[in-house]
Amino acid sequence: MTAVEEVPLSPAGNPIGFGSMKRVEDARFVRGQGNYVDDVNLPGMLHSAILRSPHAHARIVSIDKSAAEALPGVVLVITGEMLAGVPRPSLLGDNFAWMPTLSYDTQAVLATDKVRFQGQEVAFVIAESKYIARDALELIDVEYDVLDAVMDAKKAMDPGAPVIRDDKGQTDNSITDVHGNQSWESGNAEATAAAIAAAEADPNCVVVTEQIPYPRVHPAPMETCGSVAELNPVTGQLTLYTTSQAPHAHRTVYAMVAGLPEQKIRVISPDIGGGFGNKVGVYPGYVLSIVGSLLTGKPVKWMEDRSENLMSTSFARDYHMKATIAATREGKILAVDVDVLADHGAFNGVAQPTNYPAGFFHIFSGSYDYPNAHCKVTPVYTNKAPGGVAYACSFRITEAAYVIERVVDCLAAELQMDPAELRLKNLIAADKFPYMSPTGWEYDSGEYEKTMRLAMEIAGYDELRREQAEKRAKGEYMGIGISFFTEGVGAGPRKTMDILGLGMADGIELRVHPTGKAVLRLSVQSQGQAHETTFAQIVSHELGIPPEDIDVVHGDTDQTPFGLGTYGSRSTPVSGAAASVVARKVRERAKIVAAAALECSPDDLEWELGRWYVKGDKERGKTIQEIALLSHSSLELPEGIEGHLDATAVYNPPNLTYPYGCYICVVDVDVLTGQVKVRRFIAVDDCGVRINPMVVEGQVHGGLADGIGMALMELIAFDEDGNCLGGSFMDYLLPTAMECPDYELGETVTPSPHHPIGAKGVGESATVGSPAAVVNAVIDAISPFGVRHADMPLTPANVWRAIQGRPMRTDMAVE
Amino acid sequence: MQTPAPVGYAKATSVSDALALLKKHGEDSRIVAGGHSLIPMMRLRIAAPEALIDINDVAELKGISIEGNEIVIGAMVRHAEVLSSPILFEHYAIFREAEKLIADPIVRNRGTIGGSMCQADPSEDLSAVGAALKGTVVIQSESGTRTVALRDFHEGPYMTKVAQSEILTQVRFPIRPGAGSAYEKVERRVGDWPVASAGTFVVVKDGLVADCGIGLTAVGAEHFCAPEAEAFLIGKEPTEENLSAAAQLAADSCNPFSDQRGPADYKKHLAHELTLRALRRSAAASQGA
Ligand SMILES: Cc1cc2nc3c(=O)[nH]c(=O)nc-3n(C[C@H](O)[C@H](O)[C@H](O)COP(=O)(O)OP(=O)(O)OC[C@H]3O[C@@H](n4cnc5c(N)ncnc54)[C@H](O)[C@@H]3O)c2cc1C
Repeated sequence: MTAVEEVPLSPAGNPIGFGSMKRVEDARFVRGQGNYVDDVNLPGMLHSAILRSPHAHARIVSIDKSAAEALPGVVLVITGEMLAGVPRPSLLGDNFAWMPTLSYDTQAVLATDKVRFQGQEVAFVIAESKYIARDALELIDVEYDVLDAVMDAKKAMDPGAPVIRDDKGQTDNSITDVHGNQSWESGNAEATAAAIAAAEADPNCVVVTEQIPYPRVHPAPMETCGSVAELNPVTGQLTLYTTSQAPHAHRTVYAMVAGLPEQKIRVISPDIGGGFGNKVGVYPGYVLSIVGSLLTGKPVKWMEDRSENLMSTSFARDYHMKATIAATREGKILAVDVDVLADHGAFNGVAQPTNYPAGFFHIFSGSYDYPNAHCKVTPVYTNKAPGGVAYACSFRITEAAYVIERVVDCLAAELQMDPAELRLKNLIAADKFPYMSPTGWEYDSGEYEKTMRLAMEIAGYDELRREQAEKRAKGEYMGIGISFFTEGVGAGPRKTMDILGLGMADGIELRVHPTGKAVLRLSVQSQGQAHETTFAQIVSHELGIPPEDIDVVHGDTDQTPFGLGTYGSRSTPVSGAAASVVARKVRERAKIVAAAALECSPDDLEWELGRWYVKGDKERGKTIQEIALLSHSSLELPEGIEGHLDATAVYNPPNLTYPYGCYICVVDVDVLTGQVKVRRFIAVDDCGVRINPMVVEGQVHGGLADGIGMALMELIAFDEDGNCLGGSFMDYLLPTAMECPDYELGETVTPSPHHPIGAKGVGESATVGSPAAVVNAVIDAISPFGVRHADMPLTPANVWRAIQGRPMRTDMAVE
Repeated sequence: MQTPAPVGYAKATSVSDALALLKKHGEDSRIVAGGHSLIPMMRLRIAAPEALIDINDVAELKGISIEGNEIVIGAMVRHAEVLSSPILFEHYAIFREAEKLIADPIVRNRGTIGGSMCQADPSEDLSAVGAALKGTVVIQSESGTRTVALRDFHEGPYMTKVAQSEILTQVRFPIRPGAGSAYEKVERRVGDWPVASAGTFVVVKDGLVADCGIGLTAVGAEHFCAPEAEAFLIGKEPTEENLSAAAQLAADSCNPFSDQRGPADYKKHLAHELTLRALRRSAAASQGA
């Protein structure tokens, strides 16, 4: 199958089926006509603001809100103590002060006993305007008894470390998951240890160990989180406009948290200004807007500001990884062992399938064929914001891809072998697919070497190495970094994957109107992924209806069937498959209608794009549009066949899909200032069949910018007192166009064998694959100074310090 | 959205009007120029002035001109104008080089030279430029005007000789025929404040340094300058060795502190490296290279 098959064009000039076409969403976005949560203004709506903790860890002695309540325009000031008194007849506790997290932990909606991170929610002010609400925050007097904070995950389990979760009766900062485990292991520990020990004893082998942290970063969507809650006091109906990547899952969670009947809850997720995982979880602010509406009888809007978003909402990474790799001197990898200390913040709020408490991290064995792998992840509480799986990470495959791609480069350095050669020696061979990884993942399809060779060809790899050698001789330092990543996306099979007990299958509905125009109703929620374009193309591909004749409805639980939402690159693998399946159902129904109209047996009919016709008599046929009208007409249909042309489906994926790619980054480093310039970035992705190649490339471009950002500048750091040092865009740096080169993209297409259209999902590929390429390039550039590893982000200061042999610990305050 | 506290507002039509409004609105009123330092501080509620006196429409504070052998820049001249001014470029390349690296076009379209000087952020780029070129500022109050040397202007971080009841009206720079100048900055990302910056001018006459100025920002240089290093260079040949020695003296006189932009030792190293780079290019430009 080629990347873009020749397909006919529609009257509007769009491909009928797969191919590049402009995103239909953009017409409203570029005109400023998007409709975001903050654009929602309801009659009588009140505004709100949250008072947040200035301390990372402190006991609340008293809260005096009288002055705030006296401020003209203030309607209500809610504290945790008040919430504790609001009865909640629900499955998950009896009052509103605490709520469940997506990982079966609890999180304070408003602090009652202690604050556990800087920025934690302490009080909620409802007022006539957001300015008044904000002014009132300054009038609330909270007396704190400040406690020592646990800011360094490495010290969380020290004897005598302050205990963060005393509310749960804990005596240390360990985290116990729903299965009772305090650490999460995968792979074969004994075999891996034995292989490493044998390699250590064998002069023909090498063993390399490196500390490879992935520091805390933040998804930082341009639109911050917010909600407008309208709880109708008469009907009991709750309408919640909210920034959610998973409206259906949120509705169910609210039904559980608020004890409201689920059929009375309508969650509307309008246009979403970026999510990246930040909008998967349920935040106290959402719950507070609901409680606020309940208590005031009016709609209440809550919209956080930039600092609140950066300081309190779901972070990403914060994995302290130690990797050991064993290999022969010829460069054949024998075993990899990874030990992880995972910083989960003050509440275990990670969003991931229940059986995968470390997400899909244990896919870390990567794209290489070797028998022994083992990892152990130990989570701890710290006095930092909760959350965890976020920022386009494919359920922690970002960390997994980073650690293996970094340690493979460390191995190459040890072996004094070209990192491309080392990778080529170990890539999983094409004839090994489906491939069972040493930690139990069944990779569906791949031709890795082909992809890698293509990337090297686009880069002009050998020429780059020559240039590097010449430059080094002149005292100029350029670096070439490679990363080869494999992701598992499209969670997931219901049998093994659920979130809070909700299986990860997706529903879908397709209705073809009498005039042959169609409406597709999706459970997944676009945050920039162009679902309205791509999903119409899938139906177009299956039915031959022009994409412009197909409307895609999403983001409203009253208008769409149930499904788990958009994150972990699951929309195309799961709902995309559902769209294909539901369209095929409609096609089969159309066949029966066409047969009735053509007075023949359905078995006599053959399909061509957009039309059923009689075998051997191509002239005799009916287009899908004609069939649509017929199906609504008085045409007599066979017994048991109802009229109309619509169908529903629920898609339960048999496996994940495994997109992969090879990235090559070229950097120039000024070794006297430590500044890094990304000169080139080559990205060859194989995400199976590309529905809309232009959309795929857009996803890759964005992800590469993410990767450059994380590798070079993004960081949520804290000082020892627990102050968050990344609370604004002055401190939390996002890359701009100036830091990103013109990307050079390539593609190979290895269809997924189990996905109806062979597509794999690509939303996070570039974010997963690119950080290692950038870091490997920088380390390659400064390797003449004896540097084998330095921690992200590679800011000028950090690069210079690494060259001096005094690398910084980037996740803590500078010195 | 970050929301500031309630604030009053008045628009001034002239400098004397602005001075009268400052008096009328009292102690807690503040001038607003480009607003790109003050408004963010208000949104973050670090600043909460009772009233803003807007000087954006005051014509006498605008424009770049030459008076005698001085360049005169009105306080309301915006970064973007400094960046593109042919007059400034003709005399000192340092303006264009520095401005290219200050913030981004959106900020440069609003932020002003007067605001930059009065903000007196310890990382302000134009403070280094002003100190390097040994400029002066004109400060006006109801009782008249006075001129203050920029190297005497700062009283500490965010503190200057401009009192609440006063307005900075002009920034002035002496013209130095034959001077070469340059600006060097390390930032973590385009648009970021400096990790460290150095700006210099050098006049080379008959193969020797006849005059020079060194300005530094973000590295804890007192009054944003390095007079010992300058004194060392005067009368010497602009050799790599001498320039480097001067740069080292400049770095030695700095007292940077560690923060998210980098540790102190790195900043001190940059003070040397960037001063050296700027001096090299200034000396070369002065010699017509
Ligand atoms: C995103 C961003 C990035 C930036 N990056 C940089 C950078 O890299 N380097 C850099 O140097 N700067 C940077 N800045 C600051 C920028 O240069 C500001 O424009 C400048 O600091 C202030 O100028 P302003 O006209 O906006 O002043 P305002 O914000 O209007 O005023 C600042 C202060 O000066 C006072 N004031 C202003 N004018 C007068 C006057 N004529 N008389 C008396 N008092 C006055 C005000 O009362 C106030 O206290 C950045 C700003 C932003 C927002």
